[in-house]
Formats: sequence, C-alpha cells, structure tokens
Amino acid sequence: MRTLLEVEGVSKGFGSVIANENISLTVKEGEILALLGENGAGKSTLVKAVFGLVKPDAGTIKINGTVMESGDTAAAIASGVGMVHQHFQLVPVMSVTENLILGDEPKRFGVVNIKQARKEALALSEKYGLEVDPDAIIEDLPVGMAQRVEILKALRRDVKLLILDEPTAVLTPQETDELLEVLRNLAKRGVGILFITHKLREVMAVADRIAVLRGGKLMGTTTPKESSEAKLAQMMVGREVVLRVEKSQAKPKDVLLSIKNLRVSDDRKLESVKDLSLEVHAGEILGIAGVEGNGQRELVEAICSMRSRLSGEVIVKGQEIPNLNPRAAHLAGVSHIPEDREKHGLVTSYSIADNLVLNRFDQAPFAKGWIRNLEEVANNGEALVEKFDIRAPDAYLSASSLSGGNKQKVVVARELSQQLDVVVAAQPTRGVDVGSIEFIHNQLIAARDAGAAVLLVSAELDEILSLADRIAVISNGKIVAIFNSKEADRNTIGRLMAGLAS
Amino acid sequence: MDAKQSRKLDFSPILVPLLSIVVALAFGGILIFIQGINPLLAYRVLFTTAFGSFDGIAITLAKATPLILSGLAVAICLRAGLFNIGAQGQLISGALASAWAGYTFVGLPALVHIPLALIFGAFFGALVALVAAVLKAYRGVHEVITTIMLNSIVIALSDYLTSNPFKEPDQPLTRTPKIQDSAQMPDLLGLPLGFFLAIGLSIILWWIMRNTTTGFSIETIGRNKNAGWYAGISVKKTIMLSMLIGGAVAGVAGAVETLSIIGRFEPAFNAGLGFDGITVALLGRANPLGVIPAAILIGGMRASGSTVQFEAGVAPELVDLLLAMILFFVTAPLLARFFKNRKENVAMTSGWSN
Repeated sequence: MRTLLEVEGVSKGFGSVIANENISLTVKEGEILALLGENGAGKSTLVKAVFGLVKPDAGTIKINGTVMESGDTAAAIASGVGMVHQHFQLVPVMSVTENLILGDEPKRFGVVNIKQARKEALALSEKYGLEVDPDAIIEDLPVGMAQRVEILKALRRDVKLLILDEPTAVLTPQETDELLEVLRNLAKRGVGILFITHKLREVMAVADRIAVLRGGKLMGTTTPKESSEAKLAQMMVGREVVLRVEKSQAKPKDVLLSIKNLRVSDDRKLESVKDLSLEVHAGEILGIAGVEGNGQRELVEAICSMRSRLSGEVIVKGQEIPNLNPRAAHLAGVSHIPEDREKHGLVTSYSIADNLVLNRFDQAPFAKGWIRNLEEVANNGEALVEKFDIRAPDAYLSASSLSGGNKQKVVVARELSQQLDVVVAAQPTRGVDVGSIEFIHNQLIAARDAGAAVLLVSAELDEILSLADRIAVISNGKIVAIFNSKEADRNTIGRLMAGLAS
Repeated sequence: MDAKQSRKLDFSPILVPLLSIVVALAFGGILIFIQGINPLLAYRVLFTTAFGSFDGIAITLAKATPLILSGLAVAICLRAGLFNIGAQGQLISGALASAWAGYTFVGLPALVHIPLALIFGAFFGALVALVAAVLKAYRGVHEVITTIMLNSIVIALSDYLTSNPFKEPDQPLTRTPKIQDSAQMPDLLGLPLGFFLAIGLSIILWWIMRNTTTGFSIETIGRNKNAGWYAGISVKKTIMLSMLIGGAVAGVAGAVETLSIIGRFEPAFNAGLGFDGITVALLGRANPLGVIPAAILIGGMRASGSTVQFEAGVAPELVDLLLAMILFFVTAPLLARFFKNRKENVAMTSGWSN
C-alpha cells in the first residue's frame, strides 16, 4: 500500500517550549493511525504542521511523496488532506446540503444550483454510507450527525488523508461507536486516517497503529495487539497510572444536599433543567452522567446560586439556599469546582496565594474586619501549594504561569481545603494531565471519606464509573435513572444518556 | 509576603511610561526642529521652568494638584475594569457645587467652610457618576458612552446655571460670585493645601486597594468579573462603589481648583483637567501612587508651556502635542495587551485543543 503521509524529523518550538521534537511517522492508504497523548503533548502542533497551519523549525512533511511547502494550507488541501476540527466549522442555520457545498458551490448561470447540490449531497452520503438528511438544518441535528456532515464536507473534496482532532469529545458512547465504525469503513475504501485522542478505549478499538506522544517527543509506535490500555497509559505519562480508582466502600449518612423540583433556564432562556429532584448523602459521591448540554451546567450553577432558579429549592443541611447569591451558597457549605476554571475558578493574573482565598478573602483568618491579613493569605498559600502538590516555585507566582493541571489543582485546593459539607465538582479533570487527574480523583474520594456529599458532573463516563458510588443519568434536563455504581452498566447508561429508553 | 515579592523586582510597569515619555519627546523634538528651533533649547526651557526653581516647582505642584485627583478618579475606575471618561463632567459638577457652597454660606469659620465646600464638590461629582454607575450596574450600558454623554450634559447644565440662577449679579460675565474668604483654601509651606490633600487621598486609596477587602473586591471584578461573581463578590455593588469613589474624587479635584486657584466657577476655566486625568491615570499605570509622578510631569509641562513660547519661540500647542503623544505611546502597549488577552480568550474557547 502506498504511503500517504511521511513526517520526517519535524521539530517545532514556541519560545522556550518545545512542542515537537524530531518526530517521524507515516500514514499509509487505508490505515488508521491514532495519535495518542496527554494535553500539551504536542498532538495539535504536529497536526497543524501537517495541515500547513504551523511552520516547523526543522524536518519535512511529504504528502503522496511530494514535499509540502510549510505554511501552505491550500497546497495541503489540494493534495488531499482534510481536517475535521473539534469545534465544527458549520453554519448552524443552514441546511446540510448548503453546508456541504459551502465554498465550492455547483453553479448554473452564476447562481447556486441547489438541486444539483442536493443530488451531490445524497450521492456523497450514499457513497460513503454516511446517512444524513440533506434538508435538515444543522442546529436541529444531534452532535453526532453534525459531525457526520463535517466529515462529509471533507470527503467531498476527495480526501485521501483525513485528520480528526479529538472527534469523540462531544459524542455519546453510542455516537462514538458509530463514528468508529464510520472510520473503519472509510479506511476500507483506502482513506488514510489520522485520529487524535487521549481516550485509550477508542484507540484500542479502532487504530491500526498507535503513535504515542509525550512532552513533544514520539515515545514509540505500537499496535493494539502488542499493547494494552495500561501500557499505553504508561507510555503517555511515563509511569504506571491507576486507571481504576482505588476506594473503599461508601458509608452514606444523612442527606446533605437536596434538590427539589428545580427548574432552570439556560442562556437562551430555554428551560434546560426540568423539574429535577435529587438527594446527595454525606459520605457518598453521586455522579451525574450525561452528554454535555443536557442541563448539567445550569444544574450546577443553580445549586451554587450563580444562576437564577425559575422554581424549586436547593437545600443544604436543611437550610434553603437563596436564589442568585453565590456567597450565601458558599457560606452554607457548598464548595464548587467550576467547569470553566479560567472563566470562573481563577483570576489568572493574581498570585496563586490570592487565588487560594478567592472566595474567602474577607473571612477570618484572611481578613480582620475590613483589613486583609496578607500574612495569613501567604501562609495558607504556601501550605496548600505543598499539600496539594501544586507545581510552582512559590505561592506568589501569578496563576497564569501554571499548566492546566496545576491551575486546576489550585481550584481544587481552595475548594477542598475548607470545611466540607457539599462538594459540587463540574468536569474536575477536564484538560488536565493524567498525573493530576489521579491526584484530583483521590482528593474527591478523601472529601467523601471525610463526610462530604460530593456531586460529580462529568462528560467522561469513565470518570463517573470509576469514582461515583451512585450514578444519576441526566438527559434533556431530567434525571432519567439512578443506579448503584455496582449495578451500572456502560451500555445501559450510554443508551439513557442518548435519550433512549433502556 | 513583601520580602518575597520584592525578590523579583519587576521594572516593566515603570519602563513603559518612561519609554513613552522619551519617545514622545523625541518625536516632539523633530517637530520643533522643523520649526527651525533647537529642540534641546526648547526642552531645557521647558524643564528648567517647571522644575528648576522653588517657585517653578511650586507652580508645577499647584498645576499638578487637580491632575493628581482627576488621575485618581480615572485610575480607581480602571482598577474595577471601568473606563471613566467622565472625570471631566464630574469635575465640573464638583467645581460648580463647591463654588456655590463657597459663596452662599456666610459667616462660617474656614475650618468648617472649606471642608463643607469640598464635601459639596465630592457629593456632586459622585452624583454625576451615579447616573453612569446605575446604568452600567443594572442595565449594562457601557460606561464610556454614558460618561461621555454626561460630560456634555454637565457642561450644558453648568453653562445654564452660571448664566441664570447662579450668575454673579450686575456683571456682564457668565460666572458665579466670588467665594467667601472663609472658603478660600490657604497655602501651606508655600504649596497649595490641596496638594497635600491630593497626596493624602492617593496614599489612602493605594492602601485601601492593597490592604482591604474592598480593594480586593474592586481588583477582582476588574480582572475577572466572572470569577468575582463565582467568589461571591457583588458585581453591581463593586461597579457602583468604584464609580462613586471615582466621581467623588473628580468632584474634589474640581472643588480644590475652585477653592484654591479660581475662586469662583467660570465655565471653561476647568477645561481639560478631567481629560488630562485620563493621561495621568494611564501614565501612572492606574496605580494610585503612580498618578502622583505622572501628574507632576504633566503639571510641569502645563505650567511651562507659555514660557517655552516666550523664550524659545515654540508654539504653545507643543505641550498638548507632547501630552497627546505620551498618551498614544502609553496606551499603545496597553491596547496591545488588551487585544492579546482578548485573542487568548477566544483561542481558549474555540481554538485547537491539544
């Protein structure tokens, strides 16, 4: 089989950071190469170089045997490279057909020939076995369908090498399985596929070969047969990682957090939490499993009183939390690890020490009346940097200089270092390296064992399955089922997440 | 904490303003040279007039006094992430109110009359800012728009008031009566009392920003409003508070100028003090202490403009030109950083992921 892509000795640095160091790899016709690595391992940079978006400092990239001029995206596209971005490049108000032809429309007398376009769209979807309704409007489609359109858009330009950047991040397990099937079919037709991910399960399921990146270097290339999830994880992080979190049996006690008939609307004023009731006990982790955008964000923000409740109650330790008063929720004992740490969790231009008291800066011992006690803030900062293993030379460094994982540790340290009653953790390990994930998981379990009621919201089903004692599945703003984690089964939950009755 | 922080001395906050001044002077020098005048001579006159003698320094500091205050008014709002273009209107409102209090109340001892007139100034400065603050906090109207419009409203209103109800009787000029002697702010050690007031306010505000929970709240909202909300800080209250402080300080600036220099309210006599406050605040990096040297520099240039014309033959617009260029060069990196942050934010939410 012909070699489609040859990357030879590619290096790329950004200032003092080396994103790629002497990387060589190949993709052949009809082959699926999974590019595996932690966040910040250099996957994106490498792919950008292939697509001509980044100019490597050294090395060559050959497509179909031709050396590519670096920084020339048009040439890359012309020689048959297609890219499916993580964030779809689709126009939400236009139809599938219109999106497919955008930028290269069939014309008749200078006017778009929409009939012809529709025919093309149907032919394309049939040719590759990717079923879509050509007349559907993108914003009405589920994410998995929209992604299909994105893939078809690439295929329409006669793609020989298809690059997918973390395509499964937004999909349900079922949609993920469907996508993997689609990729296999494409490979059978001779398309070479470069598939970026950090999810081991998918790699094992679909890849022909696996290239593992770590710290900008290629750690090696292997195949699913020669490897295992544990081995791959070790290659990614460089040490043995406990994938299954070790934890003792939960000892649930009284109800600490109780949500009654909660209704919340989202930013578009559409009701996204619909008459939801839930109870979390002291000493347990309740995991909320669901596809993103099914009301999780609104639920979390309403519990923490950051978002207005249309109706319903949030009760912590028997005390009702007033609407739209984050301070009151915090004082009532709610710790909140927010979904978006850069937006809500941190003031990145502040020092680590200031960030560690962000929602306690006016309480003892960090303030005496109106005056801040900067010495206590500093002591607290030093102690937590040490205790929560925040990798920084000292606590006075600005938080912006930390890596994603360490930023998250600052948030976790702040929220879990106070009196723990209710812990609301939203996507606590998103964009965090594997080492930090393990640490954060252990901290959440420690909080549980210390008697906190932990509500864990995560888009990663694996995270829910390994951490939660009970699992509530959310779909379309409602809790559709609650399982004991022992009885939980991946497929059932996946079907429920997708809105199908089990 | 201090000892550890000072370990890494960061000169960049001073470096950019200094560089801006040097570059502005260089460009100004070219323009002076085109006029056929030796720029070094012009600059020597400029600086010796402003800083070369005790009298010169006294005049410079008197000129700097309202600039320190109007600079503070802009700087405090900048800390909270608000761009208070309305210092001019707040200052005029404060000037008129203090003039009114200065001539209306008769028979008060100076120890009561001066503070009373200053409080009038602060109150009416804050009142103008209150309009913008409420619109921003509760309706989300951008403060740049409202404060600019309020400037025009206040100027028109003060014109009306000084030509009608507050007009000095039996005089052709549009101005208020002269303030009572008891409201006249005296000099101290050959310097206007207001100068010490301005320095005192700078230090107090610097200390508040650094050491109090209020300061931390303002700073947090200014740097990341969302995180402030998450942390339980009231965004509305903080916006209101910082705008009101800004308005009150601008009002005091107008009052000090009225009570120590002008002695009454005359439209156009305060022209530009509030706008120079923007330059001062940006040159001082929105730091309450930083505005002091910035205001002294600009006050010195204002003080010596006419002498430069007289002795070196340079058009007096030179000073305006230099100030404009300083403002340009100071804001250029500020703007650059502003846009860079914007871009980073966008990239974080919709860019490539690793």
